This record gives sequence, C-alpha cells and structure tokens, in this order.
Amino acid sequence: MQLTINGKPAHFDASTFSVENLVTHLNLIGKRIAIECNGEIVPRSQFSVRQLVEGDQLEIVGAVGGG
Amino acid sequence: MSDLLNIAGKTYQSRLLVGTGKYQDFKQTRAAIDASGAEIITVAIRRTNIGQTVGEPSLLEFLPPEQFTYLPNTAGCYSADDAVRTLRLARELLDGHQLVKLEVLGDPNTLYPNMIETIAAAKVLVKDGFDVMVYCSDDPIIAKQLEEIGCCAVMPLASLIGSGMGILNPWNLQIIIANANIPVLVDAGVGTASDAAIAMELGCQGVLMNTAIAAARDPILMASAMKKAVEAGREAYLAGRMPKKLYAATPSSPTTGLIQS
Repeated sequence: MQLTINGKPAHFDASTFSVENLVTHLNLIGKRIAIECNGEIVPRSQFSVRQLVEGDQLEIVGAVGGG
Repeated sequence: MSDLLNIAGKTYQSRLLVGTGKYQDFKQTRAAIDASGAEIITVAIRRTNIGQTVGEPSLLEFLPPEQFTYLPNTAGCYSADDAVRTLRLARELLDGHQLVKLEVLGDPNTLYPNMIETIAAAKVLVKDGFDVMVYCSDDPIIAKQLEEIGCCAVMPLASLIGSGMGILNPWNLQIIIANANIPVLVDAGVGTASDAAIAMELGCQGVLMNTAIAAARDPILMASAMKKAVEAGREAYLAGRMPKKLYAATPSSPTTGLIQS
C-alpha cells in the first residue's frame, strides 16, 4: 500500500498494518512523537489497534528547539 | 520575600521564560537555560525527521520535561486552524499538557502577528481546555479581548520577533498592564539586558525571549545577564521608583556644615 508520511509518499508491500508496526519500522520506538492520520490525532494508546490502509495521510511530529 | 509568578494556577520562581531555538547545539541550549534560571521553556512542534539515525540525540533528552515546564508554541502557523492543530498534537506529544503559547503570524518577512486569526484560535483552544499564553500585538483593546476570551496570559511584543529592537512602545504596554487582570509578559523584541529590565519596571509579570540570548556572542553569559535584569527590573517595580523631575533643588548631602573659604 501507499501512504503519505510527512508529505512524502511511502510504499509498503503489506496491504495493512498497525500504527505501532509503522513506528517500529521507522525506528521511532521510544521517541516522543505524536501522530495524526488524515487530520485526526491517533492517541498513543491506540497505536497497536489502529490499522493503516491505502492512501492514509500521516503526520509524525516531535518537539524541537523554538522560541 | 516570596514573589512568585502565577500562570494558570501554577507558581514559578523565575519570571524569565526562554526559547530553545537558534543555539549551536543542545549542550549550549541546556547551559544557557541553566544560566537563565528559566523554569518555563518554549519548544516548537515539527515533522519528525523520518529515517534519522537511531540514537540521535533529541532536545528532550537535554531538557527533560520532568525538570522544566514545556511551553509548546505555534511558531510558523499562519492560520487559526494550523495553530489549533499544532497544539493538539503538542498536547498528545506531551501527555495531555495544557499550557501552550499561541502565536499566529501574518507576514513571513516581519513575523508580525495576525490578531484576527489569533483571536479565532484562542477561542477554540480555551474551549478545548488549553491554558493559552498568547503572543499578540501591543494593542490594548486586543489584549483585553484575549483576556475576556479566557487566555491565561497575554504576551504583547516589545518589537518584532528576532529584531532585538527593544521596547518600542512602553506607553501601550503600560495601558495593557493597567487594564489586565491576567499576567502580561513581554514576548519578542528584547535585545539586551536593559530591555528586559525596562519591561519588568513597567510592571510586566515576566519576559519571554530566545534570540536575545541565543544570538549573543556569549549566549551563556547573556542568559545570566537576562536573569539578573529580570530580577532587578522586578525589584525596582516592587520598590516603586522615585518620581522624575527636571531638577531637584534638594541634594542628597546636607546643605549645612560646609567648610567656608
């Protein structure tokens, strides 16, 4: 399936997997992040149950230096 | 003497709030923040760098959220919708944390705030349970409206973000402070220690700055200077300055007992 992650297309062989699987795949386990799927926040508690499907638009954000 | 800053029901010793951007590296960021004595630090919310090296240090490792009060901002947002969306992500990121800095910009060159969008965002955020510290123009009417909406602090600019021009309109700030029932903090435009002291002498409850420290030749020394300036300005405000007059006619030393030639 094709997802859009932080504005960039990303292709995966599997047809569906959980947000948690994606976080693992992207080496983001243990990082303090927040994830939005199609404009809606996916709470951390839902990472393991929320399944991603073709065309999902994801935003993955973290805290950086700023004023 | 206990003279604490109270924001949204929580008290702080330090009246200096600092940003975490524009430093050489995280080590310098941490050293400057330690020197500033700040307890509230602003952070930006940005897309995570996908594919980054595993184990690459993050800001949060140098500034643990258990040691500081994080103030996530909406820097770079030009609409109310983007600002609200950013802060909802920040709340998720910081485990339900509700204290936020709202800023909605109107112009990428000057970074002047768009107060129409800011007000729209403030209404949504307050309704959604956020404690909103709001960056704003130094318009007393707008500042009062933001208070009435339910913001927990108003933060008018001293001058434009990153300009270091200091306090350009102390008279407007005085009106805002006189009318406010919530803390007024100067945010943006402070260039050096005297600017911070003047803001505090005017009666501001605190000062928020980033570039004035990060862009100093020696950021850590400037952070220390800002800490002292904010404390000095606050004490001078509480002490109540002497009235200004063109001349005194009554010198500080006795007028009698002078030796005569």
